[in-house]
Amino acid sequence: MIHSLFLINNAGDIFLEKHWKSVISRSVCDYFFEAQEKAMEPDNVPPVIRTPHHYLINIYRDKIFFVSVIQTEVPPLFVIEFLHRVAEMFQDYFGDCSEVAIKDNVVIVYELLEEMLDNGFPLATESNILKELIKPPTILRSMVNSITGSSNVGETLPTGQLSTVPWRRAGVKYTNNEAYFDVVEEIDAILDKSGTTVFAEIQGVIDACVKLSGMPDLTLSFMNPRLLDDVSFHPCVRFKRWESERVLSFIPPDGNFRLMSYHVNAQNLVAIPVYVRQNISFFESGSSGRLDITLGPKQTMGKTVECVVVTVHMPKVVLNANLTATQGNYTYDPVTKILVWDIGKLNQQKLPNLKGSLSLQSGAPKPEENPSLNIDLKIQQLAISGLKVNRLDMYGEKYKPFKGVKYVTKVFR
Amino acid sequence: MSSSSAFNDEKGGSSSVGEPEYGHDPASGGIFSSDYKRHDDLKEMLDSNKDSLKLEAMKRIVAMVARGKNASDLFPAVVKNVACKNIEVKKLVYVYLVRYAEEQQDLALLSISTFQRGLKDPNQLIRASALRVLSSIRVTIIVPIMMLAIKEAASDMSPYVRKTAAHAIPKLYSLDPEQKDQLIEVIEKLLADKTTLVAGSVVMAFEEVCPERIELIHKNYRKLCNLLIDVEEWGQVVIINMLTRYARTQFLNPNINESLLEEGGEKEFYASDDDEDDEEKKAEAAALAKRKPYVMDPDHRLLLRNTKPLLQSRNAAVVMAVAQLYFHLAPKAEVGVIAKALVRLLRSHSEVQYVVLQNVATMTIKRRGMFEPHLKSFYIRSTDPTQIKILKLEVLTNLASETNISTILREFQTYIKSMDKDFVAATIEAIGRCATNIGEVRDTCLNGLVQLLSNRDELVVAESVVVIKKLLQMQPEQHSEIIKHMAKLIDNIQVPMARASILWLIGEYCEHVPKIAPDVLRKMAKTFTNEEDIVKLQILNLAAKLYLTNSKQTKLLTQYVLNLAKYDQNYDIRDRARFIRQLIVPTDKSGALSKYAKKLFLALKPAPVLESPFKDRDHFQLGSLSHLLNTKAGGYQELPEWPDSAPDPSVRNVEVPEWSKCTSRKERKEKKVEKPFYSDSEGESGPTESADSESDSGSRSESDSEQTGSGSESEESVEESQSEEEEDEEEEKMKKKKKVDKSQPKKSESAESDQSSGEEQKKERKGVKQRRSGSESESEEESESESSESESGSEEDSESDTDTRKKKKTPASKPTAKDTKKESKKETKEISLLDLDDFAPTSSPQVTPVNNFLSSSLASDLEGLSLTDTVLAPTTIAPSASVRMYELLHRITGEGLGVEYCFNRQAFSPDPHMVAVQIHFTNNTSCETKNLHIEEPKLQSGMRIKEFPEIDMLPAGESVSVVMGIDFCDSTQAANFQLCTHTRKFFVSIQPPVGELMTPIFLTENEFKKEQGQLMGMNEISDKLTLGEKCQNDHSIIERVNATANLGRVPCGSDKDCRFAGKTVSSGSLVLVTVARKEGGGAQLTVNCEKMVIGTMLMKDILHALMQ
Repeated sequence: MIHSLFLINNAGDIFLEKHWKSVISRSVCDYFFEAQEKAMEPDNVPPVIRTPHHYLINIYRDKIFFVSVIQTEVPPLFVIEFLHRVAEMFQDYFGDCSEVAIKDNVVIVYELLEEMLDNGFPLATESNILKELIKPPTILRSMVNSITGSSNVGETLPTGQLSTVPWRRAGVKYTNNEAYFDVVEEIDAILDKSGTTVFAEIQGVIDACVKLSGMPDLTLSFMNPRLLDDVSFHPCVRFKRWESERVLSFIPPDGNFRLMSYHVNAQNLVAIPVYVRQNISFFESGSSGRLDITLGPKQTMGKTVECVVVTVHMPKVVLNANLTATQGNYTYDPVTKILVWDIGKLNQQKLPNLKGSLSLQSGAPKPEENPSLNIDLKIQQLAISGLKVNRLDMYGEKYKPFKGVKYVTKVFR
Repeated sequence: MSSSSAFNDEKGGSSSVGEPEYGHDPASGGIFSSDYKRHDDLKEMLDSNKDSLKLEAMKRIVAMVARGKNASDLFPAVVKNVACKNIEVKKLVYVYLVRYAEEQQDLALLSISTFQRGLKDPNQLIRASALRVLSSIRVTIIVPIMMLAIKEAASDMSPYVRKTAAHAIPKLYSLDPEQKDQLIEVIEKLLADKTTLVAGSVVMAFEEVCPERIELIHKNYRKLCNLLIDVEEWGQVVIINMLTRYARTQFLNPNINESLLEEGGEKEFYASDDDEDDEEKKAEAAALAKRKPYVMDPDHRLLLRNTKPLLQSRNAAVVMAVAQLYFHLAPKAEVGVIAKALVRLLRSHSEVQYVVLQNVATMTIKRRGMFEPHLKSFYIRSTDPTQIKILKLEVLTNLASETNISTILREFQTYIKSMDKDFVAATIEAIGRCATNIGEVRDTCLNGLVQLLSNRDELVVAESVVVIKKLLQMQPEQHSEIIKHMAKLIDNIQVPMARASILWLIGEYCEHVPKIAPDVLRKMAKTFTNEEDIVKLQILNLAAKLYLTNSKQTKLLTQYVLNLAKYDQNYDIRDRARFIRQLIVPTDKSGALSKYAKKLFLALKPAPVLESPFKDRDHFQLGSLSHLLNTKAGGYQELPEWPDSAPDPSVRNVEVPEWSKCTSRKERKEKKVEKPFYSDSEGESGPTESADSESDSGSRSESDSEQTGSGSESEESVEESQSEEEEDEEEEKMKKKKKVDKSQPKKSESAESDQSSGEEQKKERKGVKQRRSGSESESEEESESESSESESGSEEDSESDTDTRKKKKTPASKPTAKDTKKESKKETKEISLLDLDDFAPTSSPQVTPVNNFLSSSLASDLEGLSLTDTVLAPTTIAPSASVRMYELLHRITGEGLGVEYCFNRQAFSPDPHMVAVQIHFTNNTSCETKNLHIEEPKLQSGMRIKEFPEIDMLPAGESVSVVMGIDFCDSTQAANFQLCTHTRKFFVSIQPPVGELMTPIFLTENEFKKEQGQLMGMNEISDKLTLGEKCQNDHSIIERVNATANLGRVPCGSDKDCRFAGKTVSSGSLVLVTVARKEGGGAQLTVNCEKMVIGTMLMKDILHALMQ
């Protein structure tokens, strides 16, 4: 299984190494660097690299390469999935998974890695258990620790690993019992030039923040569960109940977790909440071009569209952009060739428009392709697929929890 | 340096002589700055007796280790702290120890005793962690100690320690492979473990140590399949992969009939894929199937069924594992289910996409239809990384068929405009492949590609020319038009690579364009001097080929070109010219070679094959590293081919052989006996048996022994069939004689059989009697008269049956006072029942068996009856003694109105999801109470109440009973409502004990075991208890369990176990209870219930009841 792990930053420094079996020299990373050089972009580094004696499986996340070394056959997804889990755990512990955060908390990182793998085989990957074993750093605690010299290792022995509900720690107590569910949906659509939908789908997740005492047994039901095309669950969800009754029945982990993710694949159902009129043209003669983008709302069911950001990946030859926006402001990064237009709230009356000229590299041939537009936006209190949570029931505990559901729709592309 | 070397001397020259890099590493900054005094500091801190200092030192050291700095010279100082009290220091010391022990073996031994002590600790977590660290220290000397520790831990009480032991096995194996045999023994033992915690880890150990010992799995196969869903996700991956291999060796190929055919026609299949072809094949397959029916092994089915839900896992590795399992093992028709899940993974991280797409690409070659509906999911986004784009392209190409090719090509057209040139090149190649695979679009593709020749991008042009070249090579005759077109293009196209390719094509196929070729050569000769080198070379080639085929027209031109080339600046071209001249122009010197010049130049070149790089990859297990790399990785276990004939499936049987025999017999019987009645009677037998046991403790032991006999339903089939026949005869006899003296032969026979544990006979008889009584009940009067005569509760077939039997058996021998009393009670009941029958002849069981207020409750019962025009569900009558009354309203608070309620354990017929609650009103006042009804129920969410019909008037001193239904939603929350009279309102609440939230169901022992197997893991709660003094025999256990919970008894093979089954009223979740008695008054109570909460509460209640 997983032999060693190296964390490498964008500059090519190995800033952390951890071995679960005998030590493997870090020179093995040279093969990785070679592949990285060949790939030009970090996205294009092949996830699996073969070297004479080892195999390197790596992921790229938050500007860090997680390079794991393995020696024998193992399902590559197994390793990839685990590495992502490690990254998520760092994020969970330190707020973000950056090089700085890892370096600052190197001891905790090391302890975490020690607990997560035993001899290269995953041991404890549930955040609830790990947090019982190793307390996440907080400002207060680190201050107290530095004064008193006490530790961030849990004094009590964790029992979660032993229970039949491994994702939930025992003895949870809250004064305010609350359970929040965020239904977040993302529309993923490809539009062609004329604005017709080539492909559209909705991906949704239900993220939960459950702070309930004891061992609550929750049941979440939907008004329209048939809508969901494909679902995947947190291990706590009882699949049988879902199959037979289409309700989510589960004993939740403590704290934040992703309850389920789903997919609504309905070409016709998906109403894209905005429309775009774009006109980007480059002139054959002279090194310039023109850009004109207008955005307007469409079928938003009375909700306001917020946080609208348009991103355009310009062709390489575009040197600079000289534009005026009727709303919001724009930036153009000549290095990455990305034009970002941050609109903010979409106004029904006055449609935002971005217009102006582009200056091209002189002498270069005119780009053939029209750049693609990515649009990000957010609509509060609306799940675009129409999914509605019907009710949430709790069994097993006596108190009455505070329950809340929030709907958010996001759009990409 | 000096201090460090001194230090090393002290240590006695260990291998790690101080690393000089300390001083030079700029990155080590602050804490790591590495003057050697610093290390002395650390040593001092470690030696101090303040935990905080030690901790600080350890933190720094671990930080050094993390950055890959050598900290081995601190080993002695660190090892001393292994026994430190502070947990964090200890942990960090462990981290350090595991890292460096290998290098400093002697010193590491110092720490061993600490761990050995830890292994004996009463706390399981400490035992586990001691074993974990001990096994992680890679020091060969301690192998025997490790072996011992693992063996001990493998039989530890705590599953967590056993899990750790499983983890330790591969560690020891890698340290010393000699121990393999002993380790396999441990693995074998752990494989038999029934906890989910251990399953994943031990299979992992199995895979690392002895993957070839597949026979170890046999006995555990079914258990692993059943546990799978509750195993942690990483274990699931390992188990599924292992089971895939296992299944390949043990089961037959489900697609065997198709695959035989496929071998013959596979190529065709891949190349053209005509629908007719398919149909033909199907027909053939059907024919073949007829010849050789394939029956799937039930275990094979079990595996497929139990893995399917895991497709919904959030873990991509699990999904992939299931997908590959289905791909390799499932019948063709069922493989489709994995497509959706795999497509879902495409929305995950790009690394996941990369791996999944590789596997999808392989799958699409074999099973294209599977992914066709998801075609659009493979459309490429401009933001995808190149490697993903290229893989998606691969999948799209594999998916192309006549029906969708136009959409795919349109999509490809947009891709060609992409800025990513590698991707564009790949797209062009993909178009070429589509063209070769699908005949109809070949011309369209060619035309499209020809248009691309005018592209400005050299790469695009080169790629398209190459592809066109390949396409044309396949069928040159038909495409002289295109060659002509390309010849025309040469005037416009400037890209040298493209010009060269066109020239090569014309040269190669000059025979197809005899008129144009010389003309092209003429033009080229004119511009020869201005051409690029590669073009010049191709001009030479063209000239040579033309000279050989058409020397008349081109001789002079060739001469001219060769002359030009002779003086070219590039030596390559000069060389080529010289070479060609010698070959083709006949001179007297030229030897034998010139004769063969034509063969040399115009040899038929093999057409390049355009096929997927993913072809033939499927011989690797999908999802494996080897598959991804397309080479065998170390430790890869080949996926075996299907066996020709299935190995013995019985090796997986784990139950005692007696059992399986018994079930098969039962099944047989079930078929024989008329079904509905049989099952009904079975449904009743549990509770009724307990019912009669209730009333008559004298006959108890006897019936008990009968029950226990039922499990081992005797191998003497001869005897049984005899008795069956007898029964049949008897039946006929009885039908003739009707009811008159049917008890006579019965008695005699039962006397016979009672001696030997001839329960099966009795059962048989019961079945027969059921049949009989069933048929009787059709004729109304008969049943009536019979019931009146034999004074058995006729409304309840089974009860009547057992009662009569009991009566027949006992009356002479044991006419106890109790019995008679009961009889008399029954008499009264019967009267009412008979009345009932008159009333509503079809229905029966709505009567409450609570004797005290039978007469008064009649009215309400009738009311209930009038409501039920539904089918009479086979209800059970609970023993009246066990019905406990609860007070709802005390007569003082109720101002004279006293209200009590009880759970009468009957199905509430208006709504089967409700629990029937019988409410008994007593009016203790001197005036009448009017308009009794319910108002304003305040219910927990989900709960519902079906109110009883309003009672108009309750005269003074009278009492009345009514039945209402409450759906408690399977919770023990109280139902609150107001009870109103014409004058007052009372707030009351009914809180059900958990045992009343269920209804009994009947299961056979095998069904019970099966269901129990599916409710393992967190759905199972079990506990030990000491039985109360009065509760030592089965009878009392059954009595108490039944009093606590409304469950049905499950017939059971061993006399130590009592099993009960039921389901919750509201949601119908199964509730299974097992009480296993042990020596010395102990017992093990196990509750399996999908609703953990209910399970836990029930557990508590039953425990309480049994301990008293």
